[in-house]
Amino acid sequence: MKIRFLCLFAIIAIGMPAFALHHDEYPVLMPPLSEGIFPCSNCHAGLEVNAKKRELKEEHTNIKLHHAENNRWCLDCHNPANRDQLKLANGETINFTESHLLCGQCHGNIYRDWKVGIHGKRIGNFKGGKKVYFLCVNCHNPHDPKFKPLKPEPPPIRPERSHGR
Amino acid sequence: MEAWIFFKRTVRMVFVGTKVYYLWCAFLLAIIGVGISFYAKQLEAGLIVTNMTDQVSWGLYIGNFTYLVGVAAAAVLLVIPAYIYHFDPIKEIVVLGELLAASAIIMALMFVLADLGRPDRFLHIIPVIGILSFPNSLLAWDVIVLNGYLVLNAIVPIYILIKTYFRKEPVKKFVIPLVLLSIPWAVGIHTVTAFLYNGLAARPFWNASILAPRFLASAFCSGPAIALIIFQILRKTTGLKIKNEALFKIAELMAYAMFINLFLLGAEIFKEYYTGTIHLEPMKYLFQGVHGHHALVPWIWSAMAMNIAAFLIFLIPGTRKNLVTLNIGSLLIILGVWIEKGLGLIVPGFVPDPLGEIYEYLPNINEIAVSLGIWAFGLFIFTMFMKVAVPIQRGDFVHSKYDKAAIKPQYERIKP
Amino acid sequence: MKMMSMGTVAALYLGSSACTKDKVEEFLQKNFREMSETEKKQVIRRLEETYLRKYGKKFQISTKRAEAGILWGYGLDLSRCIGCRRCVYACVKENNQSRVNPQLQWIRVVRLKKGSLINLENAEHYYNPETVPEPGFMYMPVQCQHCENPPCVRVCPIKATWKEPDGIVVVDYNWCIGCRYCIAACPYKGRVFNWSEPNIPVEELNTDVHYLGNRPRMKNVVEKCTFCVQRVRNGRYPACVEACPTGTRKFGNLLDPNSEIRYLIENKRVFRLKEDLNTEPKFYYFFSA
Repeated sequence: MKIRFLCLFAIIAIGMPAFALHHDEYPVLMPPLSEGIFPCSNCHAGLEVNAKKRELKEEHTNIKLHHAENNRWCLDCHNPANRDQLKLANGETINFTESHLLCGQCHGNIYRDWKVGIHGKRIGNFKGGKKVYFLCVNCHNPHDPKFKPLKPEPPPIRPERSHGR
Repeated sequence: MEAWIFFKRTVRMVFVGTKVYYLWCAFLLAIIGVGISFYAKQLEAGLIVTNMTDQVSWGLYIGNFTYLVGVAAAAVLLVIPAYIYHFDPIKEIVVLGELLAASAIIMALMFVLADLGRPDRFLHIIPVIGILSFPNSLLAWDVIVLNGYLVLNAIVPIYILIKTYFRKEPVKKFVIPLVLLSIPWAVGIHTVTAFLYNGLAARPFWNASILAPRFLASAFCSGPAIALIIFQILRKTTGLKIKNEALFKIAELMAYAMFINLFLLGAEIFKEYYTGTIHLEPMKYLFQGVHGHHALVPWIWSAMAMNIAAFLIFLIPGTRKNLVTLNIGSLLIILGVWIEKGLGLIVPGFVPDPLGEIYEYLPNINEIAVSLGIWAFGLFIFTMFMKVAVPIQRGDFVHSKYDKAAIKPQYERIKP
Repeated sequence: MKMMSMGTVAALYLGSSACTKDKVEEFLQKNFREMSETEKKQVIRRLEETYLRKYGKKFQISTKRAEAGILWGYGLDLSRCIGCRRCVYACVKENNQSRVNPQLQWIRVVRLKKGSLINLENAEHYYNPETVPEPGFMYMPVQCQHCENPPCVRVCPIKATWKEPDGIVVVDYNWCIGCRYCIAACPYKGRVFNWSEPNIPVEELNTDVHYLGNRPRMKNVVEKCTFCVQRVRNGRYPACVEACPTGTRKFGNLLDPNSEIRYLIENKRVFRLKEDLNTEPKFYYFFSA
């Protein structure tokens, strides 16, 4: 009896993490964190958590949130308890390398496309080698995601001038 | 032994002639020399020395090629009356007409060679040694029919001339089938050349069923016109007897061809302008200009004026039977068809290009020089052919066993 | 006597010198598809020597064949292209195209006015604004569409261009005679011509090449996009796919039901250019947004 109970407990104990926190793994690039900024807990471990929505005056002043800023602020995505992680809507915490889960909460259609490679960028090998998928944040700045216009590369030489004329 | 005598005599004939003859040959050789030097430049630097680009990748060379295939096909217009309708006045000039066709084909093949990027790889197009993509590629068809036509138009005249040289009658059973074969073959060469352009869905200006009939109609205008002028020159310079009747019969047949040419062109113009789809653009570029590009407009309208004027001249019996107006008409139709079927056909096919871009192509000095060089070469070869063939036809140049003591040369020597 | 023997020796020497021997071998070379494995190796060795002599760089020339069960397809998201032309220049670099006199680009980006889908008569090729995208316009890159029913293959008089088993339309540069019939036949302006000896800066040469793909070409032959045959047969994305900053370009195996390209054909609204010409291109344009 006792052994049966122990076995059941063992199965549940090992199986639990598999049920609860399992997410699909993608061979993503490293998120583009600024130099020296990670791990955030280097500073934040010793700081008090101020959950009041405000404009930051002392640090992180270069970040202007331009991404649904009327409806939320920093600590709605960044985990107040541990700044080395991000926070999902159901309270679950994830690493920065899985930030696509966070973006996917609101941008479901795009997330579905990203998972199969239609949205976003993949480089390297698609078969038989190293795959590299770009995270959302590798292209979109999470605080100001809209693409800025680029300077285009030069147009082709006109045929009238193309033969050294 | 006789062959050696023949060879010696032809060499002498070719180097002896009137002052006009010498001037003419010197003129042609000079142009050929210039053409060769420009072609050498093209071989060295690549086709970049021409005005062709990725947008308009065929130009003056292919335009001339198309025109000359038409000229070659038109020799058949002389053959038909002579052999099918037994119209004797023409029979004497059939051989010369076929040699004209042979020269035209040689010129056409040279134009293709000049246009090729890698003529050093010509082995690749020979069947068995290389790969000839028959029957898929129309260019492969063209290689076969053009060379076959050249062989045909070399065998028949050479055979007849040899027989005449030996004062024997050409064996009808050998000659007639070949001659009759050359009629559909002549239609064939120009049809295949037309299909070359016709079969490209990418070029709506060419992808019209009427293209092959138009080619044939214009060929039957311009080719015989060149023949008319050349025969009159031969008549004057060599004393070869060519009846006016023959010339007027050719002119009459040409009038029909000119009408069909104009009618088919009119049909094309109606179809494009009335329907007014996007496929109108190339024709609009040709006749009116598009987006400020109108380099070809004056050319095509001159060609139209020339073709219509020539048609009227050939239609009215009064002007047709007058040698002066006949010659004017011939010159007009030669130039008119050259513009319309040469540049006026090739360039608009590429304008606008498949992605809507417009590049105005006009040939540059390199292309013009090489083209003139090839024309001069063709005329030179034809002159050489005539220098030997006419005396044979006339009966002056015969097998040495018929020689009397001294044969007077037919032309004066130039006094030193 | 002395002169004659010296002349003979000189002739023999010249005859056996690498340069002339190479030229003779090149002249007698067969069409790539007819070569045996040994002949291919000989040709590759000769080319590697030629390139080493000409550019001073060691080239890796692959002749890797197509694998079974593969048909390459391409997807292009027209809602994401911003017309920045990074793909054009990435392709130029990867594929050793001539930079100037002539400037050869396998990809051509055209700018179209919004409101009419593919009216190419009003396409602008030479747009050069300060920044892209410009409001009111959309951008469409065009390159060889690798048709299943290619008109260029049909018209080549010597079969110098053909469709490989994995769907890539290739050119044997040593067999092409430069007649440019294929350029006239292509409805998409996919093919370009080396009007003179290509000019490539030696330091920018890509030495990882395929015989049918991006090896340095010579003057007066035709070339075009090869879906980066040197990359895709090793499972790597083509250079244009990797260069695009907005993730517009998609590539994959049409016969693999799990590939990106199959997903987008089945789930997005795709179309192909000039489909009424029945060329069956394998280049699918779509809009994801």
